[in-house]
Order: sequence, then C-alpha cells, then structure tokens
Amino acid sequence: MPHDHHEPHSLLPSDPELRARALETILVQKGLVDPAALNALIDTYQNDIGPQNGARVVARAWADPAFKARLFSDATAAIAELGFMGRQGEHMVAVENTEDVHNLVVCTLCSCYPWPVLGIPPAWYKSDEYRSRAVKEPRAVLAEFGVDLLKRQKVKVWDSSAEIRYLVVPMRPKNSEGLSEGALAELVSRNAMIGTALARAV
Amino acid sequence: MIRAHDLGGRPAGPVPEKDDSEVFHTDWHAKALALNLACGALGAWNIDASRFAREQLKDYPSLTYYEKWMAGLTNLLVERGLVTEAELTGPVAIAALAPNAIRAADVAAAMRKAVPYSREAGPEPLFQIGDIVRTIPTPRSGHCRLPAYAAGREGRIILSHGNHVFPNTNARFEGENPQPLYTVEFTAASLWGEDAESADDAISLDLWQTSLEPK
Repeated sequence: MPHDHHEPHSLLPSDPELRARALETILVQKGLVDPAALNALIDTYQNDIGPQNGARVVARAWADPAFKARLFSDATAAIAELGFMGRQGEHMVAVENTEDVHNLVVCTLCSCYPWPVLGIPPAWYKSDEYRSRAVKEPRAVLAEFGVDLLKRQKVKVWDSSAEIRYLVVPMRPKNSEGLSEGALAELVSRNAMIGTALARAV
Repeated sequence: MIRAHDLGGRPAGPVPEKDDSEVFHTDWHAKALALNLACGALGAWNIDASRFAREQLKDYPSLTYYEKWMAGLTNLLVERGLVTEAELTGPVAIAALAPNAIRAADVAAAMRKAVPYSREAGPEPLFQIGDIVRTIPTPRSGHCRLPAYAAGREGRIILSHGNHVFPNTNARFEGENPQPLYTVEFTAASLWGEDAESADDAISLDLWQTSLEPK
C-alpha cells in the first residue's frame, strides 16, 4: 500500500453545504472570522460591486472621447476616476471591439476576472467548458453565445495568466447618439464586457 | 505532465449557464467566497498560495468551483497553522475575535483597496514590445502560470508591464522575486496549426520573463 497522505479538507463533511457550515463554525469559534464580516462581504459583491460598474466605464468611454483615450492608455487610473478600484482590479487593461477586431477574455488556469468592474464571475466563465474551449475554438464559443462576427473581424482572446485584468469595450450601437450616459450603460451587459455578447441594439 | 487545472485547448462540450445572472446560486456558494476573503485578510498567505492550494487538490477535476475554494482554504488553514486537523473534526476552544480578523465595518474599504502586484525592483527587461520570443518547452513544476497549450511556441511581445511578483516562488512562501511581465500574442496557427479556426486570430497570455527565450 502506498502511504496514504490525506488532505486536511477530507476531514470535513463532504456535502458542500454542511462543509461550509462546519468551516464557518470552526473559524468563528476560533475567533478568526467575524460572522458580521461574512455578511458584509456577501452583501458587497451581491449589491455594490458588479457589472453595473463596468457598464458605467463603457458608457463614459462612448460618451467622452478624452476619457476613452485615458482608458486605453491607463485603464486602472481611468476606471479609478469613476471610483472603481480594489481587489482583482489592480492592473487593468481595456481592449476595444471594432469592425476589425472582436475581443474575448478567459482565464484557462483558474478564473481570474476584473472584480471591481464586473463583480464575481458568472458560472459559465468558471466552467471547465469555457476555460477549455475559449482559446482553441473562440469562434465556436461565440456562435454558441449567439454572437455574429463581421466577416472581416479578427478574434483576439486574452487568457488572464497573471494579475493583468481585461475589460472589453464593446462597439457602440448604432442610433445611440442622443442617449445619456445612464441610458448608454443600460445597453452594456456583463457578457458584452467579457466578449460573449455585443452591446444591446437601440 | 498533465496538470488538472491547465484546461486550455482541451475538448469539452457546450458552455453551461450562458445567461447566468445570479451572483450566488446558493447560500453556501456565498459563504465559501466570504470565508475565503475573510481568511485571506488574516495575512497568513498570498493570492498565489491560494491559487496553488486549489490547483494541487487531488480531486480537482471532480470538485465544483466553490468546492475547490473551500477545500483549498481548509488545506491552507492547516498548512499555515491557523487550524489543526483535530479542530476540523473535534471540538474547538472558543476564543475572542482575533485583532487582525476583518470587521464588518472594514469590509467595503478592504475590497476597494488596491493591492498592486507590480514592483519597482527586479531584473532589467530582456525584451521590448515587438520582439519575437519563444516560450519555454514545458511549464515549470509548482505554481507555473504558463499554460501547457502555449509552451514551446513563438509569439510577439505586445505589452510590457514592468516587474511583477513571481507566482512560482510567492506561492511557496519563498519570496516575491519580481521579474518583468509581458503580454505575448500568439497567432491561432502558431498554437493550433491545422486545427486553428482562423489562422490569423490571436491569443495572448501574460507571461513572466523566465518563461520566455529570445527567438
């Protein structure tokens, strides 16, 4: 028999719901975790930090050419102008969809994602299927999401393998000229800022 | 060597839950995330160590996303001496809240605080934007952020980020050893050959200098 080196986590209940409860109980009893802080963390990502932030960045870039220039030269600083910064957004790069290029973001090694502008990644972004396929068959993945590419568009995939985090700026929809920044932001879905959707048509 | 977490390029089925709009699908998902963030704030490990703990899980392929987060967290808590194995199964002596435990009132500010991974110190960059480079033939052992699909391939430097903390050593608590980080762009043809969907499509990766060799 080979030496059985068990991992500590195997000592906890295997049912994930029971496991979460057991872990929380141990950590709270040991004084390492404040239950009120857990609720505050959940509330922060449930309500305050999410794709509504990124949509405001994109709307500002569409509406304000000077901001757009700053966004593409130093995205971290430009995004901070709107008050969005922090964990997993320390080194931002904005990439622009045009009639020649469609950008798509993935993290094949884990699920790195720009939290301050997009929040917690969706289930599909974290799935083995997306992580496996986005780099090799991005066009098939985009078709699955219902994205029709223009014939001349080249696909650029950004695999986030370090602490650089990518925000896709989708193409501004036609007939959106008169819209306010708030109305523009409504056209920008989370998936559009990852690259698996286009901005909503007006 | 097959790395369980190194998924890029593997065959797989349709992407699930494409219109997912729930931040957390269940209470325990939310709890798993919050426990990780709260424990991370204790400062007993770094982000590379937490990723490394997850990718080393023996049952990585069979665990769901937040199961990986809880398992990696538990292993790290024991490895770093914050919790003992006996406490995972047995009674725990009740203690007052530790002074360094994150408080509810500090959460919003802590999550909005940038903790950059760039460093002033480090070796001189060997490459410039536009240079053609080749990645090392295989990923290094340990927490190496070069995916297998891009090992031994030729690409072009398109961004230069200065020195960044080096995950391989940081994940093992052997120091930050910052070194130049670049974004390297590969053509689909250079990665996938005949299997490329469109030869001129591009795939880019953020790679540290020691994963790159001059052409």
